[in-house]
Amino acid sequence: MTTLEQPQPLGGTTFTRPVQILLAFAALAGALIVWRFAAGLGATTALNDGYPWGLWIAFDVVTGTALSCGGYGIAILVYILNRGNYHPLIRPALVTSAFGYTIAGLSVMIDVGRPWIAYQLPFFWHWNVHSVLLEVALCIMTYTIVLWLELSPAFLERARTSGIQLIRRVGEVGLPVMKKSLLWLTALGMLLPTMHQSALGSLLLLSGPRLHPVWNTTLLPLLFLLSCVAMGFGAVVIEGSLSALFLRRKPETPMLAGLGLVMQPLIGLYLVIRIVDIAVRGQLAALFAFDFYSVLALFEMALFAASMVLLATDRQRHDLGNLFRAAMLMVLAGALYRFDVFLVAFQPGAHWFYFPNLTEILITAGLVAGEIAGYIIVIKVFPIMSGAPLPAPAR
Amino acid sequence: MTISRRSALKVMAAATATSVAKAVTPSTASAAAIAAPPDAVGMLYDATKCIGCKACMSACNRANDLEPDTSLSSGRWHMPLDLNEHTKNIIKLYRDANSGEQSFIKRQCMHCLDPACVGACMLGALQKGEHGIVSYNADLCIGCRYCEMGCPFNVLKFEWSKAVPKMQKCELCRHRMPEKGPACCEVCPTGAVIYGKRADLLAEAHRRLAQYPDRYQPKVYGEEEVGGTQVLYLAHVNFEKLGLPAYRDQSVPKTVRTVQHTIYQGFVAPVALYGVLAAVMLRNRKKGGVAEGEEERRS
Amino acid sequence: MVLPKALDYDAETIGQHLVRCGVSRRQFLEFCASLMVAAPAGLALTSKARASEVAREVAAARRPSVIWLHFQDCTGCTETLLRTSKPDLAELILNLISLDYHATIMAAAGKQAEAALYASMRENAGKYVLVVEGAIPRKKNGVYMMHAGKTAIDVLQEVGKQAAAIIAIGSCASWGGIPSADPNPTDAVGVDSIITDKPIVNIPGCPPNPYNLLGTVLQYATAGTLPELDDLKRPKFAYDREIHQHCPRRPHFDAGRFAAEFGDAGHRQGWCLYHLGCKGPQTHAGCSTRHFNEIPDVWPIGIGAPCVGCTEQHLAFKVPMFQTVKIHDATPPDTYAPVFTKQGNVSPVAAGVAGLIGGALIGAGYMASRKVGTGAGEEPAKKQE
Repeated sequence: MTTLEQPQPLGGTTFTRPVQILLAFAALAGALIVWRFAAGLGATTALNDGYPWGLWIAFDVVTGTALSCGGYGIAILVYILNRGNYHPLIRPALVTSAFGYTIAGLSVMIDVGRPWIAYQLPFFWHWNVHSVLLEVALCIMTYTIVLWLELSPAFLERARTSGIQLIRRVGEVGLPVMKKSLLWLTALGMLLPTMHQSALGSLLLLSGPRLHPVWNTTLLPLLFLLSCVAMGFGAVVIEGSLSALFLRRKPETPMLAGLGLVMQPLIGLYLVIRIVDIAVRGQLAALFAFDFYSVLALFEMALFAASMVLLATDRQRHDLGNLFRAAMLMVLAGALYRFDVFLVAFQPGAHWFYFPNLTEILITAGLVAGEIAGYIIVIKVFPIMSGAPLPAPAR
Repeated sequence: MTISRRSALKVMAAATATSVAKAVTPSTASAAAIAAPPDAVGMLYDATKCIGCKACMSACNRANDLEPDTSLSSGRWHMPLDLNEHTKNIIKLYRDANSGEQSFIKRQCMHCLDPACVGACMLGALQKGEHGIVSYNADLCIGCRYCEMGCPFNVLKFEWSKAVPKMQKCELCRHRMPEKGPACCEVCPTGAVIYGKRADLLAEAHRRLAQYPDRYQPKVYGEEEVGGTQVLYLAHVNFEKLGLPAYRDQSVPKTVRTVQHTIYQGFVAPVALYGVLAAVMLRNRKKGGVAEGEEERRS
Repeated sequence: MVLPKALDYDAETIGQHLVRCGVSRRQFLEFCASLMVAAPAGLALTSKARASEVAREVAAARRPSVIWLHFQDCTGCTETLLRTSKPDLAELILNLISLDYHATIMAAAGKQAEAALYASMRENAGKYVLVVEGAIPRKKNGVYMMHAGKTAIDVLQEVGKQAAAIIAIGSCASWGGIPSADPNPTDAVGVDSIITDKPIVNIPGCPPNPYNLLGTVLQYATAGTLPELDDLKRPKFAYDREIHQHCPRRPHFDAGRFAAEFGDAGHRQGWCLYHLGCKGPQTHAGCSTRHFNEIPDVWPIGIGAPCVGCTEQHLAFKVPMFQTVKIHDATPPDTYAPVFTKQGNVSPVAAGVAGLIGGALIGAGYMASRKVGTGAGEEPAKKQE
């Protein structure tokens, strides 16, 4: 039996020591970002003409948005499959998604060389409708706005209890408006990720002959879509468990276990499609060549399979520790798959080398730290989390 | 409350079946040759005539107002090791230490008939324009470098060293047309690289192959590779050794276009999917499921 | 620029004059041939197919009147004109122009010389060519250079006023030269800082090649025009190229063969002098093709001395002789890029940090999973509806 309770701000000290440390990392990233703009990409990153896309695209954008697909996945569960009991997971998932996509958008602005041209993106007369990247860009921009709008009821609810009259007024007027439009926004919030997560897979199709045959398939969009939903659920499990652990709340084990149940067939479908596709394209020999590429691909699949195995039985799924590990494996597998497609399968030539340099790593780490801090701050200040806090330990 | 595995599987299968149907392309994409524009111009580079004088490299920098690349030469020489932000045209030397086989090779934009870079560019900064020349307009360029990811010849280069960067690539000196052609062809002392209409150059290339079969590899590189390019090559050594990969005649963006059109033809599928999603949500709300924004208490 | 055709004060043409002076036809043809070589481009007069055509044009022209003034000079430019050997260029020059006033070589002196000057100015007013050698000091109203009791500034303005054109020969007259070197105690400047309303041709050099002057004067004499000038008023036929672009030692530069010290093995073999401070890459002059004294290799680089950039105001007597200059129009060297070059680095530090972060995350995740599984207050796991 689950009792759904009204989401509440968690309260407590907002800027705890951990949050301060995270924000410090984010500030470091901010300083490095300023330097990146002043000095240019060549001076600050290890990107080169062989690997024009590196850590920021492969991780911040592609993997980061996949990890932020929790909102997408939960929305499907709740609103399409009508599993209302997962409703408490919606808002936390939306917070992760909103921050994740915002950080992805910020990473894009840092990564591109001429970000000021972005203002031209809405000018449809310039659009090259054949460009997959255009679809990704427009879709992600729109979806980020939709995510924050979907979250806005939480902010507006909080606004209604504000001490400042103007903010109270905004909350009172805004909340009913948002509630009315939420259905249409949520539907959009399920359409858009379907489009751009698959498009993120299609991106590398343009590299065509330069993409290693084990990964080069026209089913890339489908494989990216499947793995992103699973990754989204995995992220929700991880974040849900960690929130419960660190904020001393009762974890929503049954719901999370249910997510584990859903992840299983997704992963299974992904693996089947992947392997059958490789076989049909006649690349099984490449898959089992046991060179660097083959080993990586097999390792990816092994991670996916391991995750599946850990989610096999009901008991396993209700063991939160095991569920957490399975989710970790799932997320790692999905991330590795994306890194492999963008940085390993992409082969500009044996004479090109790339590994992200310290600046790229620190900026990414700082942005993620900022994202985590943002999440913590939001769930403390705004009504996001439902469920009961842990009872105080007996003395 | 847990959902039954069966219903989960059913829904997932249904959802993904539609995606699969949309995403799978016809397995045999038509390999019909892409028609070159009738006034397509290009260059023919005959490696057997090139003496490696590199006048074309200096002429290119001068004609395009490009700073020479002196980064590796302590300021003394224009000494790039590859095409880069200072170098739209380069002469490289292939030499096999064992067999002594060697050849010069000139590299620059191939001006493909169906360019991957044009297909990639979000706002159309790269266009296949007059005479089939692939042109670049920095005013529409956001610097995303997707074009670099797509180019099968790794031609486009990004100005990594600049805070206000652009992409750099050969544009066949279109700024000098119609009075003059590309600067490299103008200065070449042996006529190793010549400028003209693609059709004429192709005919000339085949004429040379027919007349001197022992002198050349028996193919004109660029006639069909990646769907055909407007810069054509003749050489006496294997093209792969010269850095020109053995590509099929399938154009690079064709696959992407096919996938995208299959999924997004007329934007019908997304609109339809939106309609379905909204309809299902409305129906669920009526059925008493959870309405967004409302909380429910169930015992 | 078309100027009135110079009318000679006696009516005979150059050809007639040469015959009268006993210069043989053969000597004259040789001279015209050397003119064609010396001024290969940009000089309409000499861009002909045969020396005989040049000779015909020159012979039909009239000798222009030339007045030559010396200011803050060393007379080196005059000396270079006179130090030619074969054919007797000095004589031919003097037979092709009517040199009405030249302090170094005229027979007259004192008042007689000044009389000749003013007579020539009167009779050829508006038509004579003024050649200026030496810089003009401006400090204290120009007292540091006096000519017959007047300051150089005044003399220049007086004589220049009636001149059809002014040729500033040598770096001193062109932009100030040696007298203008730091700290320029007399505020020495070139002609075009004093006169601004007359056509001026600068022929910088220390000294310049005499053919640069001769080509300019002859064009004026035969066609009435001055040669095409660059934005520093230097005739393009002599100054449009840098030494570096035409240097016989360029193959050594392109191949990376540099003399490192005076007298070392490379220096003895005639290798490039760039690293000894040769200013060739930034110096516009024709010395590398038109050597001095008409003897091949008689020019600084030819004898192993790096060019000091004597024609260029921003180099000569300003930038230390052995300081290298920037190559602003770099061209490829003698070597080639291979087809495939290793590019891109993997920073071991970054790889280490990435590994650490990755390991830490996985480790922390595993630890968290253990805690999550046995979280305090967690209800015992049991199947729930």
